[in-house]
Amino acid sequence: MIQEILSRMRQSIIDGAPQHAAALALESLQAGMEPLAAINDGYIPGMSHVGEQFGCRSLFLPDVMAAAEAMKAAMAVLEPEIHRLGMERHVRGTVVLGTVQGDIHEIGKNLVATLLVAGGFRVIDLGCNVAAERFAEEAEQAGADAVGASALLTTTMVHQRNVIAAIERRNLRPRVKVIVGGAPVTSKWSAEVGADGYAGDAQRALELVKRLLSTQSAGETL
Amino acid sequence: MRPGIRLLDESLVERVLGEAFQLLRQPSVQVGIGEARDLLASAGAVVDGERVRIPEVLALNCLGTAPREFALYNRGGAAVVHYGGDAVHFDPGSSCVNVLDGETRTRRPAETRDLVLLTQLSEGLPQFDAQSTAVVCRDVPEAVADLYRLYVVLAHSSKPVVTGAFSAETLPGMLDLLVLDAGSDAGLRARPRAVFDVCPSPPLNWTEFAAQNMIRLARAGVPAQIVSMPMAGATAPVTLIGSVTQHAAESLAGIVIHQLAAAGAPVVWGGAPSILDMRTGITPVGAMESVMLNLACAQVGKHLGLPTHGYLVASDAKLLDAQAGAESATSAALGALAGINMISGAGMLESLACHSAEKLVFDAELIASARRLVRGLETPTATLATEAFASVGTEGFLASRETRALFRSEQHLPSTVIDRERFQEGMVSDAFSRARAAIPQLLASYSRPPLSATLLAEFAAAVERQARRFGVTFVPSAFCPSEGQPGSFEVISDL
Repeated sequence: MIQEILSRMRQSIIDGAPQHAAALALESLQAGMEPLAAINDGYIPGMSHVGEQFGCRSLFLPDVMAAAEAMKAAMAVLEPEIHRLGMERHVRGTVVLGTVQGDIHEIGKNLVATLLVAGGFRVIDLGCNVAAERFAEEAEQAGADAVGASALLTTTMVHQRNVIAAIERRNLRPRVKVIVGGAPVTSKWSAEVGADGYAGDAQRALELVKRLLSTQSAGETL
Repeated sequence: MRPGIRLLDESLVERVLGEAFQLLRQPSVQVGIGEARDLLASAGAVVDGERVRIPEVLALNCLGTAPREFALYNRGGAAVVHYGGDAVHFDPGSSCVNVLDGETRTRRPAETRDLVLLTQLSEGLPQFDAQSTAVVCRDVPEAVADLYRLYVVLAHSSKPVVTGAFSAETLPGMLDLLVLDAGSDAGLRARPRAVFDVCPSPPLNWTEFAAQNMIRLARAGVPAQIVSMPMAGATAPVTLIGSVTQHAAESLAGIVIHQLAAAGAPVVWGGAPSILDMRTGITPVGAMESVMLNLACAQVGKHLGLPTHGYLVASDAKLLDAQAGAESATSAALGALAGINMISGAGMLESLACHSAEKLVFDAELIASARRLVRGLETPTATLATEAFASVGTEGFLASRETRALFRSEQHLPSTVIDRERFQEGMVSDAFSRARAAIPQLLASYSRPPLSATLLAEFAAAVERQARRFGVTFVPSAFCPSEGQPGSFEVISDL
């Protein structure tokens, strides 16, 4: 019974079916399943599968985005229950993500967010057109381990420098790692603005965050 | 006849426009600046917050005042670019951040010396009727980067320029440069040298910056080129025809804002539509579907009788390789067949992220072939073949008067960049090497336009004014110590 519902949860993510994923979450709670078990043994394996299949190009961007929607729908049901029960979810780390000020392109950033979630991270997605100061503020409040600033335009990538400056003003570095990404961004630019790392695509961004954070902690709870 | 290509039949074009007008009402258009919303409201549009519902009748009225054609002028005052009808012109791609270094064949950030090199090469290549502000120079402070590109191109070229501003704040400084170049406001208005790309943000969003610049350009009488860029499946419907429809709606909204600001001001139905690669998230400009989008969008503009623009002759390859050649040649030929007035993109690799001087030189050959294609099969002789036979019999065509008189117009002769040599042991080269080998000669035949010292000083002063305004402390010189050999740059002004 449990195995069957976990398997359906995993499949609801792979199918990118938010309503189905949410319904299963509700069903599992009613059946007395622990919400953490539903997340860790049901939904996350679905996300991991989607992430892996995307990595080897058997699944595609729309599949990944739909999986993320389904994950979000399930979490919306399960997270309040986790808090109500006073439970803690083990995550590999917390990452604040956003697209920099003046830039409204967030496909790449959303993909990174999705793969980070699939990889076991907690992601606080600030959306697009985010002021440098807000990245720093959110990172401080959430006790984030990493901040990712995305920019698609050559005219906005300069704000990645401002994000780093804002984080430094709050004395959050070097504890908080900063990664930069986006079409015009290069590893050279990353070094120039003083970021901790750059990745050319979402899969490598996940590996980068894993690598950067593995050196400082073995995960945390929230 | 001029050969052509059409991807949509008339009834489908009508359906595209019909649904585009619907989109202008529902979901309506976001307009990020009050000045534009006020213009729209006073003309009958319904404004709700930042959303504006544009009635079809208003859009049709504005289409009625938009000119069907206009020209861009070179420094000598000659109308060398004709926007309208089936005229076809090419310019290099714009605003690249990287270049493929010809020496090392690796990618690095673009600098002023690269912009000078690309400008000098484009100046000497007759296939380019206009320059573009091709790269964003990493060695120039961000706040003056757009203005500075225009300054470099004006200092090194006499051709018209396809350019654009990076913000609402920097456009006036760029217009100042063009006024200096033209001698007066009225001169610039009467004989515009530049066209400015202005990009709405898909879907259906005229941001504060874009809407502001449409208004300013219209009032200055400087042509605006609407570059709508739906990304099919990501920021637009996944169907190609759905993206064409969104492109039409965004472009129509831009024309309405523009014509309400100044009826009759020149405006271009342009675009850089693309699909999204669902594996990598890049926008493959070399994909046939992206080419199809460009052609279909332009066809809708032509149906409305408007001047057109598209983004073609660019590749997703990282080197000047077979893929780059195939993608660029295909889109150059198809774009020319479609009669798109201005085709931007030559020289570009890596889905518009990297410029290459060698590819620019190579693409010029592809463009020459595309131009030959649209010239079509001509009939310069009274009979097609019978008189030729009558005069030479069944042999002797090679030395005949007719052959000698006509072969130069019948056949386009490419430069040495295109390999048509007989095989010679040890003399085999690839396209990149041949294009690279052609560069020194092109640079040797380049000469800088004879600008007066006064004008150059005025240009420099305008750049300096803008720099000061933005707190920038230095800008590099637009000139190299040794002319024609881009190298290290002196600082023109330690401000």
